[in-house]
Amino acid sequence: MNRREAIGRVGLILGGTIIGAEFFISGCKSSSPKVNDLFTQDDVALMDEIGETILPATSTPGAKAAEIGKFMTVMVQDCYTADDQKIFTKGLKDLNDASDKKYGKKFLEATPEQRTELLTALDKEQKDYTKTKKPEDPNHYFRMLKELTLLGFFTSKPGATQALRYIAVPGKYDGNLPYKKGDKAWAT
Amino acid sequence: MANLNIDSVKERTFDAIVIGSGMSGGWAAKEFTDKGLKTLILERGRDVKHIKDYPTTNMYPWEFEHRGELPMAVQEANPIVNRCYAFGESAAHFFVKDAEHPYIQDKPFDWIRGYQVGGKSLLWARQTQRWSDFDFEGPARDGFAVDWPIRYKDIAPWYSYVEKFAGISGNRDGIAELPDGEFLPAFPLNTVEEYFRDHVKSNYKNRYVISARCAHLSTPNQIHLDQGRVQCQRRTICERGCPFGGYFSANATTIPWALKSGHATLRPFSVVESIIYDEKLGKATGVRVIDTNTKEAIEYYAKVIFVNAAALNTNLILLNSKSHRFPNGLGNDSGVLGKYVAFHNYSAHIGAEYDGAKEWTTDGRNPAGGGYIPRFRNVYKQETDFLRGYASGFGAYRYPQRSWDGVGSSLKDNLANKELGPWHVGSHMMGETIPKESNFVSLDDKQKDAWGVPLLKMNIDYDDNDEKMKKDYVEQLTEMFTSAGFTNIKASTDRRAPGLDIHEMGGARMGNDPKTSILNKWNQVHSVKNVFVTDGASMTSTSCQNPSLTYMAFTARAADYAMSEMKKGNI
Repeated sequence: MNRREAIGRVGLILGGTIIGAEFFISGCKSSSPKVNDLFTQDDVALMDEIGETILPATSTPGAKAAEIGKFMTVMVQDCYTADDQKIFTKGLKDLNDASDKKYGKKFLEATPEQRTELLTALDKEQKDYTKTKKPEDPNHYFRMLKELTLLGFFTSKPGATQALRYIAVPGKYDGNLPYKKGDKAWAT
Repeated sequence: MANLNIDSVKERTFDAIVIGSGMSGGWAAKEFTDKGLKTLILERGRDVKHIKDYPTTNMYPWEFEHRGELPMAVQEANPIVNRCYAFGESAAHFFVKDAEHPYIQDKPFDWIRGYQVGGKSLLWARQTQRWSDFDFEGPARDGFAVDWPIRYKDIAPWYSYVEKFAGISGNRDGIAELPDGEFLPAFPLNTVEEYFRDHVKSNYKNRYVISARCAHLSTPNQIHLDQGRVQCQRRTICERGCPFGGYFSANATTIPWALKSGHATLRPFSVVESIIYDEKLGKATGVRVIDTNTKEAIEYYAKVIFVNAAALNTNLILLNSKSHRFPNGLGNDSGVLGKYVAFHNYSAHIGAEYDGAKEWTTDGRNPAGGGYIPRFRNVYKQETDFLRGYASGFGAYRYPQRSWDGVGSSLKDNLANKELGPWHVGSHMMGETIPKESNFVSLDDKQKDAWGVPLLKMNIDYDDNDEKMKKDYVEQLTEMFTSAGFTNIKASTDRRAPGLDIHEMGGARMGNDPKTSILNKWNQVHSVKNVFVTDGASMTSTSCQNPSLTYMAFTARAADYAMSEMKKGNI
């Protein structure tokens, strides 16, 4: 058994309680093709729009241009603990439920203003939660979505080279440069 | 590689065998081949050719699937090496994975290894400070370990020799405890590092903040261009391997130099099982190698053998080289082989803020990392309730002050546009530890690795001296930071296992007396005159300066001595 299979089996056993059931249900409702063990194409579309709402296209490209949904599927599958994976995938559902409850429609059908309003409220919720959270308490799913959006966007080609400045080979180091406020920040 | 399965003894016979192709082994190979000796370089891992085998070196951040982070499965499968700061997506291929070469931790020890041509010289932090007589006279003055059989004057010309070739950047600071060398221009300190330097200079006797000296070509000389290296480009992604040869690695420097001579044979995938001792001749005749691909055992022969397998693996080879004459390991008449292992104590840090110099920032990246505070404790005389002392890194940085609040275009603007926050300053401790008989490595009598070599057992730990020194570091740096007007000072200590400093040393120490040491003043095994150990295993004490430069100097010096002894017919 290789490492990936081993982790996959652990996930299967753990997931057999609640998360597995949810996967089963959402799997029944959707015929969207899977992109990996955890996500479907529909999830990618949803995460693209969540990312774009967090970091929209302005005079520079937004998170969707950085393929943020695809990036999240890779990071959550490969770099998250099984617990965080569960929180994240359940979170996508919770986010849609919250949209449904508030606007009577899923996130993807909501207007840009409604999306921003909803995510602003969720951001406040995660911030308040994180402030008092003990290290052993579960993470908030919206914090994960936001962190992944920021990380993925600012390390992407459009994010690093257009929203920020990126130089692969600085060629020099100056320890005393007068500081000018408001320049674009450096990507690395 | 087609001609490796050679069966004639003649074809397996060389003038010199160098075990290991890293920081020190590369130097032995260079020195021997420069003088025309037919040299076999044995490397247990794969070959890593300069530039060609640095797969990530020119990758952009967005070309890494996980943007630098390692997948959870890799992290969970490698709890030991994952604790090393440089074990990330861009350089993980240069580290030994935990399962690849197991060892036994009677006491916790994080053994960080690089099994490939170049070894850890691809991955090191490139800090290069000379040791001084305050280090070489330390054990004798303070009554621990044994007296070093050499003094600074013995090694000083060899420091110069290796510095000129390797390329070391630094200032001539004129500090007795940190001797000046043959320097390329130093990398500059930044505004706040300079402020702290000046503050310390005016307020403390015998305390200094200098530009960290490092093995980077700030401005290359002809000898570096001759090696095919060019100026350091200040990318500071060195652990990927540098296509410019901007820093010293065996891969960019000594190994290709040795191979270019036409006198060297490089044999990767070659684990040295033991050194062969001939009872009649009273010397070593060669080494027994296991080919890691075929598991075939092959013997190679030479007049002189240099052991440069990295400190603990050098101990392992010597301990496993048993004969009627040496039942407890080659050259181990004294019984000290594997003992008196020591390391560097890196387990304390301190950070703070500085509410000044707001009109200044930096541009580009500093490969030297910032400043260096040489040891100031117990230098001229014993003044504390612990022995020896610590050097300290010192750096100042200014980060964008970014509000992560909210979502949408205002968040994006906040994150993208630079509004710098206050300066942050930080320091980390680099403490000398005392070699003790109770800190040792030994061979397990049952368990063996995939090549039939016994597993190494680690019994290495901190002691009360380390705890007291750590406390003093926190107190002294807190006091220095406070007097400099730094605020929000936060010290942190951790319980890291020894090993994570990646400065393990000793086990086959040098000394004047064969009854209490393994090597003489030429890094030569007292009782086996044609075997030399010039890597970290040979260190009698650890100093608190980074050790690699000293290994290089000892290696070049020992190779020179070995060749003169060969000429005289003594070995």
